[in-house]
Amino acid sequence: MLARTVTHALFGLEPRRVEVEAHLQRGVPAFAIVGLADRACQEAKHRVRAGIASAALEWPLRRITVNLAPADLRKEGPGFDLPIALAVLGASRQLPPASLDGHAAVGELALDGRVRPVPGALAAAEGARRSGLERLVCPAESGSEVALAGVRPVAVRHLVEAVEYFRGERDPPEPPRPDEARRAELPAPDLADVRGQERARRALELAAAGGHNLLLAGPPGIGKTMLARRLPGILPPLDDAAAFEVTRIHSVAGLLPPRAGLVRTPPFRAPHHSASTAAVVGGGPSPRPGEVTLAHRGVLLLDELPEFSRPVLEALRQPLEDGAVAVARVGGRAVFPARFTLVATMNLCPCGGRGDPAASCSCTPAQLDRYRDRLSRALLDRFDLVLVLPRPRSHELASAPAEGSEAVRPRVTAARARLASGASPLDESAATLLARAVDRLPLSGRGRARVLRVARTIAALACADRVAAEHVAEALSYRSPAELRSAA
Amino acid sequence: MNELALAVHAAAHDLHASEREARSARFAAFAAAFDAAAFVRTLEAQGIRWLARSDPGFPPRLAAIHDPPPGLFLRGAARPELLSRAAVAVVGARSCTDYGAHVARRLARELAAAGVVVISGLARGVDGHAHRGALDGGGATVAVLGCGIDRDYPRAHAPLAAQIVAAGLVVSEYPPGVAPAPWRFPARNRIVAGLAAATLVVEARERSGALITADLALDEGRDVLAVPGEITSALSYGTNALLRIGAVPVTRAEDVLEAIGVEPASPPPGDPPTGAAAAALAALDGGARTADEVARAAGLAPGEAAAALTQLELAGLVTAAAGIYRR
Repeated sequence: MLARTVTHALFGLEPRRVEVEAHLQRGVPAFAIVGLADRACQEAKHRVRAGIASAALEWPLRRITVNLAPADLRKEGPGFDLPIALAVLGASRQLPPASLDGHAAVGELALDGRVRPVPGALAAAEGARRSGLERLVCPAESGSEVALAGVRPVAVRHLVEAVEYFRGERDPPEPPRPDEARRAELPAPDLADVRGQERARRALELAAAGGHNLLLAGPPGIGKTMLARRLPGILPPLDDAAAFEVTRIHSVAGLLPPRAGLVRTPPFRAPHHSASTAAVVGGGPSPRPGEVTLAHRGVLLLDELPEFSRPVLEALRQPLEDGAVAVARVGGRAVFPARFTLVATMNLCPCGGRGDPAASCSCTPAQLDRYRDRLSRALLDRFDLVLVLPRPRSHELASAPAEGSEAVRPRVTAARARLASGASPLDESAATLLARAVDRLPLSGRGRARVLRVARTIAALACADRVAAEHVAEALSYRSPAELRSAA
Repeated sequence: MNELALAVHAAAHDLHASEREARSARFAAFAAAFDAAAFVRTLEAQGIRWLARSDPGFPPRLAAIHDPPPGLFLRGAARPELLSRAAVAVVGARSCTDYGAHVARRLARELAAAGVVVISGLARGVDGHAHRGALDGGGATVAVLGCGIDRDYPRAHAPLAAQIVAAGLVVSEYPPGVAPAPWRFPARNRIVAGLAAATLVVEARERSGALITADLALDEGRDVLAVPGEITSALSYGTNALLRIGAVPVTRAEDVLEAIGVEPASPPPGDPPTGAAAAALAALDGGARTADEVARAAGLAPGEAAAALTQLELAGLVTAAAGIYRR
């Protein structure tokens, strides 16, 4: 006796169709799962047996073989519990096997038969849609997530509910409406908290409007991190396509809260500087998204940039250039989107005294060179905006609060719309100034392109149709200064 | 006398190339076997020239010191006559402050613009900034090495050395292959002081190589000038001590030009700044300021102030270090 269900394994972010076949035959009772199942997946045997028993259903005393096909694809995690249970119940005719047609299933089983959520329900739903399956049996918590992919969820809390549904006895309750407000529980920190630092605020606004990577350098304690954390708060909410991408990534990473709808707030990730290369750019034996992917369409903050290990920093260059990370494995190549705005902070020297009038730097020239050498020229070149922040004076800190994030965001949104509508031409005086800067500073080809890009953003923020000389001049002020470059 | 043989012999044995050594028996043995013509050919293959002390082109100021080298190895595009032109040594601490870096660069730029050759030691800190300033000013600069002529030491200054080679001269009394050693730097300093008509010390600690250069200059009866510094800063002890014993205080390039008897150049051409740039420049009259302070004092938006300061920087009227702008 044979029954078949469909589920999806994840390779990177991509769902791959897996057929779950259960076969029963006479003989000494036994239960085997074949088809390259990992440990968590092998343990499904025990959960499925206990779950079926707890649901007051019968565990068939037969020789049970469950095959996960294709057999060469590695299967991981507990998401196969529910499809295996359904296939076994179908094969033992406790539910009509034909009723399983047109359905995919995903979910982990508890020992008492309850269905637990697993990461990646949204990706699994997308896989179901691509396979032409109209319905996905899933945990109740994932119902709203599945609905986002355009697949009808059969959201069940318990294995019994799934069985009743397939027997045609009763439909499970409708999943609750997705609740988009749930994500906004913790509002991003507000720019109104920042006193003084007008130039840094301006740079944040430019970074938000143009999607420019921003490097803040300066002595410790002057608010570099505080400023950097306020960038997400002035970004406009994600549009539908971006929100779907982000929600899918966060679903696979298990970051979505239960019953969440589309993620509309741009993500913000701030990995610690001890993070490994795989944690930052993604990887692992079965590729998992890294921080750069979790920050897709949002902000990645690397606090104390030179403290990150050199391999991590060098690995960042690919996503910064291509907006994606490709992880090659024996099983195939996983591509993770990683289009984020990078904000980084650093001191001017290892001891932190440099640039601070209230302290003195005790670093030797060799220590300074080593510190600067940690950031390759190639990485430094990826920052459109580089700002050296001096220590603000006490009266600045006592000044009145300035504009809050709510006031800045509309300007950012308007500038983005303007930038998207096409490139603005360069004024004659602006071209002269740029040519002079190329000769005098000197500016590389890539540096010139970067200045031009920032100048366009400045013009867009000023609602100007053409890029004027003053826009280019301001853009030039954000180039990386000599004190951050090695061998200065 | 075979001066090239003496220079090579002394370097090979870590000796000082003195007159006494030139009369020694072991030098006589070495000189007899030395093929000067072949050595010059290998030098030329590396783009290095030899200027012997007996050569009429040897700089008279250097020949006049009590312990001149037997000759100089030269590397660079400029002609050896450059060494005989009006020249000032600009020296100072390796670990200089932003202020010291700014002053060294600015004075060197103005001296170079007035046609004075800036001489220094290619070291980190003040030396490097003096060379850069002279290059900025479109003038010539001479770097005196304390190691073999073929080396760029410190290595971090290799790009700077390349710029100096293109527009000026790198010189050394040591043939190719000689490693830098601590005792060679004071010896190098006598050449720095000897090539210059006057020595300007920008920043120096109480006991520093720059003060050795100043002492050597005084021994030869050359002028010593010093830039006043904060009395509380350890990097100003040396310069302030020089001022106390009678060094000429320098607050502008004209002070240096006066000391060596060179006419100040006419002010550089170019329109005075207008509008926002003028306001930003005026805001820097009171001393060093951050960009935010300039914006507030000049009544400019942060973006406008950044644009104005960049234009002033491009015009060479303002420098920036660690986020602080100076005139």
